[in-house]
Order: sequence, then C-alpha cells, then structure tokens
Amino acid sequence: MNPWDLAMLPAPARLLARSAPERPWPRLVSRPAVPMPAPGVLRAATPIAVGTEWTVPLLERFDVALAAHARWLQLDTYPIQYEVITAAQMIDLCSTIGMPVHYPHWSFGKHLLGQEHTYKKGMSGLAYEIVINTSPSLVYLMETNTLPLQVLVMAHAAYGHNAFFKSNYLFRQFTQADGILDYLTFARNFILECEQQHGWREVERVLDCCHALAPYGVDRYKKPARLSASRERERLAERLRFAQHHYNPDVAYLYENAEVKPEASAEAFDPQENLLYFIEKRAPKLAPWQRELVRIVRKISQYFYPQRLTKVANEGAATFWHYTLLHELYDHGQVDDGFMLEWLSNHSDVVTQPSFDAEHYRGMNPYALGFSIYRDIRRICEHPTDEDREWFPRLAATDWVEAVHFAMSNFKDESLIEQYLSPKVMRDLRLFALTDDESDRSKYSVRAIHNEHGYAQVRQMLAAQYRPEVHTPPLAVTRFSADGDRALLLQHRVERGRLLDADAATEILGYVKELWHFDVVLEEVDASDNRLKIHRT
Amino acid sequence: MSDSPAPSRYMRVVDRRADPPGRSAVNRERFIRRFKDEIKRAVDDEIGKRGIADVGKGSKVSIPGRGLKEPYLHHDPKTGSRDFVLPGNHEYIPGDTIARPDGGEGGGQGNEPGEGESRDDFGFVLSRDEFLQLFFDDLELPNLERTRIGDVTYIHTRRAGYSKDGVLANLSPVLTMRMSIARRIALRGGIARQLAELERELAGLEPTETERRLALEDEIAQLRARRGQLPFLEEIDRRFRARQPVAVPATRAVMLCLMDVSGSMDERKKDLAKRFFALLYLFLERKYSAVEVVFIRHTETAQEVDEKTFFHDPQSGGTLVMPALQLAQKVIETRFAGPDLNVYVAQASDGDCGEDDAQRCAGYLRSELLPRVRYFAYIDIPSSHPSGWFNRPSDLWQCYETVADSGFAIRKVHDRRDIWPVFRELFARKETSA
Repeated sequence: MNPWDLAMLPAPARLLARSAPERPWPRLVSRPAVPMPAPGVLRAATPIAVGTEWTVPLLERFDVALAAHARWLQLDTYPIQYEVITAAQMIDLCSTIGMPVHYPHWSFGKHLLGQEHTYKKGMSGLAYEIVINTSPSLVYLMETNTLPLQVLVMAHAAYGHNAFFKSNYLFRQFTQADGILDYLTFARNFILECEQQHGWREVERVLDCCHALAPYGVDRYKKPARLSASRERERLAERLRFAQHHYNPDVAYLYENAEVKPEASAEAFDPQENLLYFIEKRAPKLAPWQRELVRIVRKISQYFYPQRLTKVANEGAATFWHYTLLHELYDHGQVDDGFMLEWLSNHSDVVTQPSFDAEHYRGMNPYALGFSIYRDIRRICEHPTDEDREWFPRLAATDWVEAVHFAMSNFKDESLIEQYLSPKVMRDLRLFALTDDESDRSKYSVRAIHNEHGYAQVRQMLAAQYRPEVHTPPLAVTRFSADGDRALLLQHRVERGRLLDADAATEILGYVKELWHFDVVLEEVDASDNRLKIHRT
Repeated sequence: MSDSPAPSRYMRVVDRRADPPGRSAVNRERFIRRFKDEIKRAVDDEIGKRGIADVGKGSKVSIPGRGLKEPYLHHDPKTGSRDFVLPGNHEYIPGDTIARPDGGEGGGQGNEPGEGESRDDFGFVLSRDEFLQLFFDDLELPNLERTRIGDVTYIHTRRAGYSKDGVLANLSPVLTMRMSIARRIALRGGIARQLAELERELAGLEPTETERRLALEDEIAQLRARRGQLPFLEEIDRRFRARQPVAVPATRAVMLCLMDVSGSMDERKKDLAKRFFALLYLFLERKYSAVEVVFIRHTETAQEVDEKTFFHDPQSGGTLVMPALQLAQKVIETRFAGPDLNVYVAQASDGDCGEDDAQRCAGYLRSELLPRVRYFAYIDIPSSHPSGWFNRPSDLWQCYETVADSGFAIRKVHDRRDIWPVFRELFARKETSA
C-alpha cells in the first residue's frame, strides 16, 4: 500500500495509519468545491424533458431555459445559430479548424483523411463541439448525441465560449467576429481564381511556405486592422486598374532583370517580428498575387492568435459555465437526475487530469486546469478559508459572478494562472515543478511542490509554461539589404540556452528562401548578443 | 418557441444534415493529387497483398509520413535548461531528483507531445472510387488502336422533334389538332375582316345603288358560306414525330472466361486464373454500365457453368481447347450478337493440349472468333518446374503466338505477383502511331 493514498482509504484504516510520519503537505480534502443543493430544494415537478431522445423543438425550449439562466448570470453573448450536423460533417469541420468556409489546401485533406480513419476504426471519438469566434456564433450539434449531450454542448459552446469570445480583451482587441466569414469567403474565391490563372502547383507552393511560417505572421502587440472582405476586394481591383494603366514592358523588363549592386550596405531598421508581413511588403521577387496569398495566410493566422493564447482560459470558462448552467437547470427542476448523471459522466471524462506517470498522460489538460481555476474562484468568493483570505484578500467573500466575469474578461492563460491559481487547486492537482538543467542531463530535479514554501514558485513556473515563446521560438528579421545581395538575416534570441532544432530550422529556412528568393540566414544569439549558432539554407 | 416569455433574441436551429455531402471533398482530392505517386505505390502494394475478391473495395492505405509532414520551428530538446510543472505528484519533495526516462522522451515532455508530426506512416481510408481511380490510372481500354476504331458503337434512333412528313404510324394527333385549330383561326380572321369591310360599305350605300347592293350582298353570302365550310383537317396540318439515327457507344459488355480444368490445372494455376479474371471484371465494370460474365470450363468437352462450379468443382480428364472456343462462339452468336455489346474473352490454361488441337484452335480464332470479339486475352500458366525439357513453351502458346491481331494478346503468368504487371501490360495505354 502506498502510504500517500491515505485519502482513499476507508475510515478505520485511515485512523490506524495516523501514526505514519507526517508529510510536509496537508492531507487532501476531497469535498466538492461547490456544495450540491440539498435534495428536493427548489425542485419543480416537471422537467423540460426526460429520456435521451432530442427533437428540434426540445432543443429550442432548452435554449430558452439556458438563455434565462445565462441572463441571470450576466453572460453576454453574440447571437447564436445552432446547426445540426452529421458525424461526417463534423469531421469536415474539424479538418478546416472549425471554419465553415475555407480555402482548399491539401493539409486540410490530410487532417480529414487521418481523422476519418481513426474515427472509423474506433480509435478516437469526435470532438463534442467546435466553435470559433464568429458572429453569429455557429454552434454545431452532432445528430448522434443524446439530449443531455446536446444541452451540454449548447451550454458549453453557445454560452460558455460565446461569452468568452465576446468579453475577453484579446478577442475584443484583436479579432472581429462579424467579419471573419466574409473574409474567408473572399480568401477562398481569390485563391481559386489564382489557381485558375497560375496553376495549382504554383499556388500550392506559396501556400505551403506560408503555412509553415504562419506562426510568424502575427503582430503580437500591435492591434491589427479590421478584417473586411469588401475593402480587400476594392484594394485588389484598384491595384489591377493601376497595373493595367501603367504597364510598361520596358520597365517590366528592367525590373525582371535588375542587376544586383553588391556594394550597397545593409539597411538598418528595428527588428521585425512579423515575418510574413515583412515578406509581403519587402520580398524582392514576389508577384503581386503571391503577396496577396501571403497576406491572406497572415491575416488568418492573426485571427487565430488569441485562440492560441487562451486555451486554458477559454476552455476553462466554457467548462465552468456549462457546469454552472446545467446545475442551474437542475436546481430549477428543469432536468431530472438521469439527465445529470449522463452529462456528468461526459463532463468528468473531459476534466480528468491523469498524473504525469500515467500511461495516458498527454500533458496538462487545459479543460481540467481551467475548470479548476474558475471553480475555485467561485469557491473562494462563496466559502473562503483562512488560507484564501491570505492569498486572495480582495476575492474572498465577494460576489462570485462579478469575480468570474472579471477573470474571464481580462486575462490570457499566462496571466490567469499567475493571478488565480490557488493553493487548493495546486494541492488538488498535486502540481510540482521540475527543472531540466543543461549541466546534468541524467536527471530532473524537483524545484518546488504543492506546499507552503512551493505554492508561489509552482504557480509562477506553470504560468511561464504558457508563454507562447515556450512553444514557438520567437524569430525576428534584423537585417537585410535591399540594394546589396538582398540576403535576409533572421534572429532567434536564445533563452536559457535552448537552441533551435537544426533540422526544423533548415527546413523552415528553405520555405523562407522560397518566398524571399535570395539567401536567408538564421542566427541564434544569447542575451548579450553573442552569436551561438548559424543556420543557412 | 413554446411557452417562454417572448424571446426577442436571435436564435435558430438549422438542420444541416441534408446538406450535400463532401464539403471537404476538394481538400481530400487535393491531398490525393499532391501525394499521388506515394499513394499509387501504396495501392499497388495493397493489391499484391489482398485477396482478389476484395480488390474492388476501398481500403486503408498507408504512405510514408515523411513527405507529408508540415514542419514547424521548435526547440531542440537536447539543449538548454527549462522548467516545467507536472500534475500528480505523490512522492517527491523539493531537492529530489528523478532519473530521466530513457530515450529523452517521457514524463518530462510536459507540453509538447501531440504537437509533433510523427515519422510513422500516415494511414487513411480511400473510398472505392478513389481506390479504383488510382488502381486503373493510366490503363486504357484494351483496344490497341483506339483512335482508329474508337468505341464500339451502334445506331440508335433518337427522337428529334417533329416533321411535316412521315409515316402515319408516327402521326402526332395532339400537334396535328393544334395546327388545325391554328389554321382555322387564322383563316377565319381574314374572312371576318373582309366581311366587316363589306358590311360597312353596304350600310353606307344610298338606296338608289341597287346594283352595287346586290353585288355586295352576293359577295357577303359567299364569304359566309366559305367561313362555314373551312375544312376541319387538311394535309398541311399533319405533324409527325421525327426520329434521327445517331451512333452511340455501347455501354454493355460481356466477358467470357475460358478455363482449362483438366487434371494438369492445379489449385495454384486456378487461383492465378481467378485473379486475372477478377481484375478484368473490375476493369470492365468501371468502363461499362453493365457487365455480364459467362464462365466456360473445359476438359475434352466444354460446358457453361456458374462461378462457383467454375472455380471450385474439381474435374479431371484430358484437354481439348477447341470445344471451348466453339462453345464461346455459340454463346456469343445466340445471346450476345447485338451491335451494342462489347465482347471480351479471357482464356486461362496451362497450354497443355495436343499439337493438332492447338493448331485448329489458332485457325478458328483467326477466322471465326476474333472478328466478333473486341479483345481476346490469353494467359498461359506454365507448371512451376523451373528447368528441364518441361519448361519449353506449351503447344497452345506456340500456335497462339502465330496469331497476329490487334485485338489479341498472350502473356505468361508464373506467380501471383505477375498478375498485376501482366494485366497492366496487356491493357496499358498504347502509343498510337499516326
């Protein structure tokens, strides 16, 4: 018997084991964070529906009920449109990142085929829901789901995610929910037209390059311009008019065969983080339509950027709200016990966090982490302990709806964890922090665990883990000479000695070169500008 | 909406299940187009492996994952130091160390698994159509001079509107009546106009102009009579349904499978023959809307049997090929003589027959059978003795070799592996010389 499983033992055994040496962290308390209402309280006689069969009118009645509770919980949402779809259509959607329209590309086909295969073989289930930041918000209900599952998806996507998209500062500042579908239609038509004019091979070649560089097509701090399909169309038409009016074969010839002046010096400018933007504007030999392709991929990548920064916050909020909304339904007697048991079983599958040594451990589960954080905010507001008063003096015993909305609106993953990860959640998830040190590769060393001394450090390290730089090494364009050899110099600032994977770097450089047409060099420098490594194409 | 308090919100449920499927078909097709070579190789491998009965089904194929990975920039896990947080601690306290799992992978890879592109094979399922498309890619109809002969066509008369003449049997009553009504309306209109004119003149006459009045009255009476006597139906009203002869490609095919089932044909040889027949069937099925299959087996005598008997019923005896050819000829003449049929014959044998029989067969083929069929393929399945005098070409092979016809092909098949290449070779797209 592992002595650390004490909490799981039946009572007498635990009493006997009391004499075991004290552990440096408190014993787990496995009490539900939000106390369930006493049975029979507020329970109306007739639920909206019983059983698992769903019909469209039933879904509408549930939506009305959910909307009423959502209003009471101050959830502000975009208009909702539910779409009932088949499993095959769900696979379709997943393959284009949830976009109902998208330009055609083989990589989407690859995801489609792969997903279809694993689904048909029963190796994986399908996503319950997929929702992107659009207005109206499109919520997909799969026909094979039971009624409780449909309602779960409605509460999760149509109210949880939808409210998150509408209120979170990143989405408010960086994306426009009402413009994206139009823009994608425009992009699709433009790309199809390019395929007609220039051949699919050419178009695919450029798109492949752009896709590989898509993570480097975002402005991380500057607010991007509004997406507008009509403005894009106008701009293109204007460019075409201009080109037709001013076409001069002699100039075109000179431009095509321009001589490279070797003596000119490199242009000095501030480092540019948005590589695709730089290529679109400055690449010496791209044709106008190729620049447009770069621009399209860049815009779409930018649109998805907030999504990448808010996995935990977004999924956590949506999960918290569906949990809350469905319990509201239950408390008002609108659903019965069977309904609750059914969705709770799915819910608990979703928010399971396997421990790191479990066979099915796949990293931190954003649903589990996010859900625990938001739920603990509510607990701290409603039933604060002394510990909470110490850690969250301004949160304890305040209005929880207010507090959750504040947390939902003003944070991304990194800051949400930094601000709200409570000692209780760290204990529940048994988080501990490790360091993999350069100096000794044979082992990891444990830095901090979920105890009094470690809370702050674990929290800070977990938050740092969600910085985008951890997954996507930052690149910047630091130098290029427009009139010289036109070589492009990219720079990677190395953090704590973490160099780039050489193969991947060479491959990516190949793509950059394909767009840039001249030499591209990638240097890795440390904090004091010492050059550590150079990658060339 | 039901009893709710007037929801003014915008919300609706759209049922998309009936939408046309395959919104992503274009992406699917693009994927296949891009990796066509790899996928084709996989399809060919797959065919080698599986039973011929399943050849036509769509299937799972795997292609090497290397070519289709979408690279992304990432850190080299072997460099630098990093911190990470893991869930599920149950024994460690600060200062402990954990031995790194072998291979550098494992517990430590906190957040990266799942993101990476695996180097394993990429498996996916091709639909039946996609599968066959690749399977038959660059195979042509087994007509070696396609441009000259073209598809088998036959004359089909097709409706082509109406005409003014034709045989009575084709008369279109409805249209004829319509023409008649139109004609009568047109003529009556003219008469009415004339009448009105005359009557106006009559009314305006002075009482003294008797002569003119009489003449007018007479004319009016004549016109009235003419109006009353307009013929109901005239020659020019008749309309006939017209038909036009057009040449249409034949869309039906019949395939005759001839197999020697004498004692020398063992299971291995039968299996090879079966594979060949199945491939041919699949090929024809793709090309034509309806394919009929006739199985003819022979020893010294020939008989038409069903598929099961054909492949599985053991029979022994000597070998005479001629009766089988004659039976095939009879079947074609009696049942498949129409001009709209493509006749294909596939013969499989170990060629182990008497020399005079073989010679007669070759002659019969040349004179009788070949003119009637679109393609005749013979595969020779020699016994598996690799050496010795037994290895000489069989009699049938030697005689068939003398037959030179564009619709005739012979090949040797030794092994299961040979079937597909032989099939490909037989039906490969030929360079058409001008």
